[in-house]
Amino acid sequence: MSTNLQLNAEGKLKHFLSIEGLDKTLLTEILDTAESFIGMNDQQIKKVPLLRGKTIVNLFFENSTRTRTTFELAAKRLSADVLSMSIATSSTSKGESLLDTIRNLEAMYVDMFVVRHGISGAAHFIAQQTAPHISVINAGDGQHAHPTQAMLDMFTIRQVKRDFAALRVAIIGDILHSRVARSQIQALNTLGVAEIRVIAPKTLLPAHVEKLGVTVCHDLPNGLQDIDVIIMLRLQKERMTSALLPSESEYFRCFGLTEQKLKIAKPDAMVMHPGPINRGVEIDSKVADGAQSVILKQVSNGIAVRMAIMAMAMQKQGRVA
Amino acid sequence: MHVIIENGRIIDPANQLDCVANLYLADGKIAAVTNPPDGFQADMRLDASGQIVCPGFIDLSTRLREPGQSRKATFKSEVIAAASSGVTTLCLQPDTSPVIDTPAVAELIKELANKAGYRQILPIAALTRKLEGNELSSMLALKQAGCIAVSNAGAPVTNLLILRRAMEYAASHDLLLIFRPNDYWLGNKGCAHEGAIATRYGLPGIPDAAETIALAHCLELAELTGCRVHFGQLSCKRSVIKIQQAQKYGLAVSADVAIHQLHLTENDMIPFDSAYHVLPPLRTEADKQFLRQGLASGTINCICSDHQPHDVDAKLGAFPETEPGISSLETLLPLTLKLVEQHAIDLQQAIAALSQHPADILRLNKGALTPGLPADICVFDPEREWQVNPSTWKSQGCNTPYWQHTLKGRVTHTLQAGKLIYRLHEPA
Repeated sequence: MSTNLQLNAEGKLKHFLSIEGLDKTLLTEILDTAESFIGMNDQQIKKVPLLRGKTIVNLFFENSTRTRTTFELAAKRLSADVLSMSIATSSTSKGESLLDTIRNLEAMYVDMFVVRHGISGAAHFIAQQTAPHISVINAGDGQHAHPTQAMLDMFTIRQVKRDFAALRVAIIGDILHSRVARSQIQALNTLGVAEIRVIAPKTLLPAHVEKLGVTVCHDLPNGLQDIDVIIMLRLQKERMTSALLPSESEYFRCFGLTEQKLKIAKPDAMVMHPGPINRGVEIDSKVADGAQSVILKQVSNGIAVRMAIMAMAMQKQGRVA
Repeated sequence: MHVIIENGRIIDPANQLDCVANLYLADGKIAAVTNPPDGFQADMRLDASGQIVCPGFIDLSTRLREPGQSRKATFKSEVIAAASSGVTTLCLQPDTSPVIDTPAVAELIKELANKAGYRQILPIAALTRKLEGNELSSMLALKQAGCIAVSNAGAPVTNLLILRRAMEYAASHDLLLIFRPNDYWLGNKGCAHEGAIATRYGLPGIPDAAETIALAHCLELAELTGCRVHFGQLSCKRSVIKIQQAQKYGLAVSADVAIHQLHLTENDMIPFDSAYHVLPPLRTEADKQFLRQGLASGTINCICSDHQPHDVDAKLGAFPETEPGISSLETLLPLTLKLVEQHAIDLQQAIAALSQHPADILRLNKGALTPGLPADICVFDPEREWQVNPSTWKSQGCNTPYWQHTLKGRVTHTLQAGKLIYRLHEPA
């Protein structure tokens, strides 16, 4: 079902909701397309006319700075008209009002929705309900998926490591609540890495996490052995108040990435983080700002990768000149 | 009024009857099977050849949405759905608005039932006031107003001391507690079975333990208080094992399962199909198989519809935000017959699970074709296929995952106290 929903009759990208259901060829096509945009960042005129005359609405039901900004920049560099809306969600706003919001915007002849929502499945729901000519890009839904983040991470990994096949990747931290981790795991498995290891205490791992195609480890030093790519996840402060962890300091002691622990991984291991980082909670500043860190590179790559995804989702409907 | 139902295959598990014969009804009661009583003159003859004649079904858990939510469904709409499904007695969960916690609400329900022309709607009283789990409801007054049992519906009684006292009080008045086990805190406001599927889709999960721990608490309290307990809508393997052990140990407890739990699993909602959003959640294939075995062995001896009609908006949204429940009266019989076709249970067991056993649990003088009992009868064609679509659907709630499915088994006549309340009008 998710496959059908995301692809048009010719098997081309229509919506981008989740990595699930997309094959290696398509993911590679996204990475290659992004590659062609990456050079633009250094040019005087950072624009191409691919989506000229198209209207893209950034629909953010949840706060975000980086994701929203990079989506906005990506759309502008494709010459689209962009409208960014931050819609504060309250516990009373239910499906009806979500649908009403969508219907109202549809009536204004938009071509694409970029959606961030706090509830898993929101982007699927919008894609199912919206008019057939509109593309939906998931910019993060609940704890389900954040596929553009995963793709920019894949792009960054490929930039540094060239090939996925031999890589051992560790994802460290709050897997339970992380849509980023779920999308990364699906993307890494589709692209065919050697191993994905999730490292976290049991309280931060979802039930049957191994069925996502990962190996599980509860100890950071052990888990970092032979690792090529280290992905740190953000730890939200509320995890302490909901009895998932005793304290930030204990978490840092067990699962925080320090220079010393980094040495356990392969010497050329790269350190990633989807941001925003909590210095001294999941990662030490020296590592975050160190030579092995690609955290800022991830942010710049975000623009090119999101341009690629938006352009592909529009192009494959034959609506791009 | 004298009625003959002719040449049907009569299945009456309570009397271990399975034969082709005539059934005679007089003055709203069963008069005789096979041989007519002396001087019997029929006012109405119903031809049941090729069909099954059995006791009308007794549904232990339904929501008809009145009072309080008539935009979702009304007594009027839902009793037609019930009658067309062979259901002649409906037990109404107390989570109406207002809650069934005063005799006035129970009276109102009786009135609504009479207005809808369906006399067998049995309200279940709230166990605690407003279902809040803090204070006892006026159980005796509610019993006297016609409530058949007490229950806290889906709402938790988190304080076990209050649950103990409520059970003691219910036991003092010989009231049955119908208990859907669900530990509020372990449930953690989840919307799907805590397992591989919920993990993949980032859905908040409800572990089995939310059910089994609440079940274990209640079993202990059943022994301590002597309260009669019936467990409603079990969803997982270890619940069945716990009930089995308790029964073996000699505790007089019974259990039912909602029909959809016997056919659907967590895999069916992939990726976010709100039609499959139910509570307790659909669990794994192993759980489903074990529930079927529990039914076959008699550990679970009733099947209920757990009918929960909704308006369209309730199911429109991102999965966790949609409302749980299936409009399931009309698929109850065909899906039960499917269990027979799949050799999970036999036909006698299937019919007993829908009639005799619920009657026994509620201590109702029905659920059998014994002469003298009220003539609540269902006549159905077990081979007749029909499609679930707007032209065949009666419930106001269109929230069924079986939309457009072709199902086998169709009710042709339903009688309630000898009165024909439904007759199928489609050509064969």
